[in-house]
Amino acid sequence: MNKKQKKWLKRILLALAIFFAVMALDEFGVLAAVFGKPGALYASFALYLIPYLIAGHDVLQKAWRNIRRGEAFDESFLMTVATIGAFAMIFFPDTEPHMAEGAAVMLFYQVGELFQSYAVGKSRKSIAAMMDIAPDYANIERDGELVQVDPDEVAMGDIIVIKPGERVPIDGIVIDGASQLDTAALTGESVPRHVEAGGEVISGCINMTGVLRVRTTKPFGASTVSRILELVENASEKKAHTENFITRFARVYTPIVTFAALAIAVVPPLIGMGAWADWILRGLTFLVVSCPCALVISVPLSFFGGIGGASRLGILVKGSNYLEALAQVDTVVFDKTGTLTSGTFNVVAIHAQDGVDPDYVLSMAAHAEAFSDHPIAISIKEAYSGSIDQARIAQAAEESGHGVAATVDEHVVLVGNDKLMAAHGTDWHDCELTGTILHVAIDGAYVGHIVIADVVKDDAEQAIRDLHAAGVERCVMLTGDREEVARAVASKLDLDEYHAQLLPGDKVEQVERILDTARGNLAFVGDGINDAPVLTRADVGIAMGAMGSDAAIEAADIVLMDDKPSNIARAIGVARKTMCIVHQNIVFAIGVKVLILVLAALGIANMWLAVFGDVGVAVIAILNAMRAMRV
Amino acid sequence: MRKVFKLDEIDCAVCAGKLEDAIKKLDGVQGAKINFLTQKLTLEADDDNFDAVLDAVVKLTAEIEPDCEILR
Repeated sequence: MNKKQKKWLKRILLALAIFFAVMALDEFGVLAAVFGKPGALYASFALYLIPYLIAGHDVLQKAWRNIRRGEAFDESFLMTVATIGAFAMIFFPDTEPHMAEGAAVMLFYQVGELFQSYAVGKSRKSIAAMMDIAPDYANIERDGELVQVDPDEVAMGDIIVIKPGERVPIDGIVIDGASQLDTAALTGESVPRHVEAGGEVISGCINMTGVLRVRTTKPFGASTVSRILELVENASEKKAHTENFITRFARVYTPIVTFAALAIAVVPPLIGMGAWADWILRGLTFLVVSCPCALVISVPLSFFGGIGGASRLGILVKGSNYLEALAQVDTVVFDKTGTLTSGTFNVVAIHAQDGVDPDYVLSMAAHAEAFSDHPIAISIKEAYSGSIDQARIAQAAEESGHGVAATVDEHVVLVGNDKLMAAHGTDWHDCELTGTILHVAIDGAYVGHIVIADVVKDDAEQAIRDLHAAGVERCVMLTGDREEVARAVASKLDLDEYHAQLLPGDKVEQVERILDTARGNLAFVGDGINDAPVLTRADVGIAMGAMGSDAAIEAADIVLMDDKPSNIARAIGVARKTMCIVHQNIVFAIGVKVLILVLAALGIANMWLAVFGDVGVAVIAILNAMRAMRV
Repeated sequence: MRKVFKLDEIDCAVCAGKLEDAIKKLDGVQGAKINFLTQKLTLEADDDNFDAVLDAVVKLTAEIEPDCEILR
């Protein structure tokens, strides 16, 4: 709990203690003994006012502020009108007093709100903890020493130094050094890009292997990452924000109740149907009875349960309004790399020439790549089951951007792409599989190729099946990757639609197009910086937390901690269950209210039924709300 | 000038959105962005009267979200 919530809790506890003390004094006749018959009523009025104001003074202030700003009829107004109505019954000393109810409703409301605020705050903190909040910086050389400066301070044409593991802060041209760049977060392209002097680097890529000296070609504000973040801002302006459920509910319910109470109090006496005092009392009674005490506590509690339950599944929700939006999702749009696929490389096939043992091809390739730390080399070494005997390797040289040439067991081994084969005059043939193809030649003779590809996540197929089963009509994949790769993944996973070779801006356009045709809400699932604008634009943005970039986690509304796409269907399940419970409680609470109102009007309901109406419904609604927590 | 301030503490994403919209409408504010997740307010205004604008923003915040404080 934060400072504010602790203060809030203390206030509620204090108010509760006073409330029960006053109640005891009242019930056991202490007040009546001290103040006499009419005096006791006024004394209890004054005493109940204390816990009421301690617990609810901020709600009253907020209602007043909102009225002044012309935004009446929210939940604070509903609470204010109903509770003040309850206290106003003091003007009719002969009727059943309602002060205790007024104070209790306010207390209930505050307890529910505190719970909800706690759940949202906890969820938010878990998400924030996943992001490394290290500020962006650029290294520049000053008097022979490297210093970190704000990227805003770097002028165009300055030389910055990017160390391995660091993010490229500003777009530029490499003047010195060579390295592999991880561009996955930016372009969705999973194969690292090789850069050397003269090559262009764009901000947001991660420098993986070597130190680069880069002459900047753009100021920070015009660099790729800054431009993408601008896209995020533009997208957020277009997004229709879902208001908190209880605010929307109050906006409809409050005016109905208030005007109905007003009508009851004013209209009949005006047309001469009875005394003013009578009808004003009836109007007040109506106002008090109609205040949905069970609702104001059970709605926030249901969301508390839903958010808490989801977080135990590794699904972090940034707010209760997003849980509601998620319940109405009927279209789910996926990014490919890192979302449906694992975003790492794996050997998916070894195609040896006739008469060659595939294990031999892999073993020779693994030895040739022994000294390379390129991600492709790492995946080959991982796929090789034996251990690498360095004594067998006489010599190994990397041919930049093409592959490696090594001498293993006194054979000349070439491992690399078609350009390497062509450069050494070796024949090769292409593969029907999609992915990165590594050709292997030994002593000038082609022995086969190894196919390396980004593999589809284990639970991706299940995820799409679950989503379809949950009534999601369309599952769409958007990717910056090549058409054939996209087609292969889409058909494997049974996706309804896919669009390939998209730039970040294109993705927003595609999502906007799909948004126009979707009936329900659209959820977008992604993990890269390039996904941030789309995550913002979609009705519900879902980011991958473990692999995802900070920008994506920040832009998203929901974060999946373990990167499992199958959790999306589960999250929708939790959201739907929560909303179902919320609606059940509303129907139940209002239904019982109306029933009691009718019975009371007919003279059938007595005091005890009314008590059940208030407390009983509240307890049942709370128990029902707690179900949202079980997942 | 663009400056980032920490907020202590904005409770829900909707409240953050409302406050952001209100700040954007203030005179002298060129741009405002509230990040609910990181609890940060990014404010953009003219260098010359930045402090005056900031004062107005603080006052507005106290009015709309009395429990939220801008730490400067």
